[in-house]
Amino acid sequence: MGILLFYLTAFVAVIAAFFVTKCRNPVNSALCLVTNFLCLAVLYVMLEAPFMAAIQIMVYAGAIMVLIIFVIMLLNLGTSVKGNYVHGLAGGGVLAVLMLFLTNRFVANGQATGTGGEITSEVIKSVGHTELIGRAMFTDFLLPFEIASILLLVAIIGAVVLSKRKI
Amino acid sequence: MTPEVLTLSNSPLLFTIAMLVKILVAFAVTMLIVAYATWCERKIIGGMQTRMGPTMTGPKGLLQPIADGLKLFFKEDIIPSEAYKTAFILAPMMILAPALISVAVIPFGNDITVTWDGVSYIVPLQITDLNIGILYILAMAGLGVYGIVLAGLASNSKYSLLGGIRSSAQMISYELAAGLSIIAVFMLSETLSMRGIVEAQQGALWGSISFLPNWYIFTQPLAFGLFVVGSMAEVNRTPFDLPEAETELVSGFCTEYSSMKYALFFMAEYANMITVSAIGATLFLGGWGGPFLGWMNFLIKVFAFMFFFIWIRATFPRLRYDQLMALGWKVMLPLALANIVVTGVAVLLWQ
Repeated sequence: MGILLFYLTAFVAVIAAFFVTKCRNPVNSALCLVTNFLCLAVLYVMLEAPFMAAIQIMVYAGAIMVLIIFVIMLLNLGTSVKGNYVHGLAGGGVLAVLMLFLTNRFVANGQATGTGGEITSEVIKSVGHTELIGRAMFTDFLLPFEIASILLLVAIIGAVVLSKRKI
Repeated sequence: MTPEVLTLSNSPLLFTIAMLVKILVAFAVTMLIVAYATWCERKIIGGMQTRMGPTMTGPKGLLQPIADGLKLFFKEDIIPSEAYKTAFILAPMMILAPALISVAVIPFGNDITVTWDGVSYIVPLQITDLNIGILYILAMAGLGVYGIVLAGLASNSKYSLLGGIRSSAQMISYELAAGLSIIAVFMLSETLSMRGIVEAQQGALWGSISFLPNWYIFTQPLAFGLFVVGSMAEVNRTPFDLPEAETELVSGFCTEYSSMKYALFFMAEYANMITVSAIGATLFLGGWGGPFLGWMNFLIKVFAFMFFFIWIRATFPRLRYDQLMALGWKVMLPLALANIVVTGVAVLLWQ
């Protein structure tokens, strides 16, 4: 049951990712990317990471993709690409086959150690995924968290300075 | 013998049946309220403006929603030749679906006990209790933006495009304020599950004032206000109905739509209104807690919310676009952030 659901979701994700590059119309490409993000969210749920799934939808599908569509709208990029671009597809195809080959080699050569960390499904069920992430973020990884927030603050100030010539 | 909570593992058949029944009931009730919310809205606004509202179809105009639905269903469905077909057809569905699936995590009554094969099970009256309940709702609210944006973009008409741009800016900014106001609630409840939040609101206020229930509207009045205003902007109700602004944009993003697709936008608006009312009732008004049966209390609170939204529509004029943005970013966002800080300090001192 679980493995069937995984194959279905993965199949849809791969098809959607393919059509992101294949679609002639940027709006359709953006929609395919949203589909891909939703499939990733489902995969997160299956990996017992519901918090990640919710954040994936909220941040990527809910905010970033809306901004991309916003840009398409404002710059009026909605018209389809007419010309052929076989060379791009060919290059991408070669790269994809190469990556598949590499991945296969790594998977075949690698050895699963079979040891898991201290966070198991039981811990997630009893404590809760959100609590675990919050605890890790605000105790063990406090410094990276603070550095990330300062980076974001700098980005916000930069955006304001760039968009407003006189403040 | 104490009854245990019904899960898929202890009784698969009964679980499936209970699940299907709950889903069907929640869906049917939502759609019924959607249909009759239009009738109520026309009657209430009519009353407030000393008009009659619908009177001709059926007794007191009660069949009006059905007549409207049938009329729109049988109208010709026109897709403009310059429109982007896929997105144009998808848009109305993408605005209705998130509104309907948000209902899945809302608890609409207290637990009932069912006896099956001599064993008693507790069946919670909630389709599913996610432990990330609120985040799920916020995620679905984020997906709701697509419908309007795509409708505006795919119609390939300048009025629709303007409506779409306005709505995406508006919804993104107000989502932020509404989301931040909810954070203060789950700082108090210490859980993200909707069921947990309702249970945290039972009993007397702060454990001492016995004549008031422990609802978060008393503990978090500012968050409640921000949530109501923010959600009103998110579902595009007057005074925040700039995306469809009939007078300036010829109904904005749905200018080019006709027939059933047009009807879907209005169903989505009312379905969103119901969802938001249900979330508000769960987070701030104690969910199913109250003097009557669980689901009755819940419906009364939802209807009170919806009446408030309709009342606001009859009372306030539409905001100007720059006023809307100024209110969202310069008033509501700082207030929501300040509320979080104050709540955090209060929680620390309380402990």
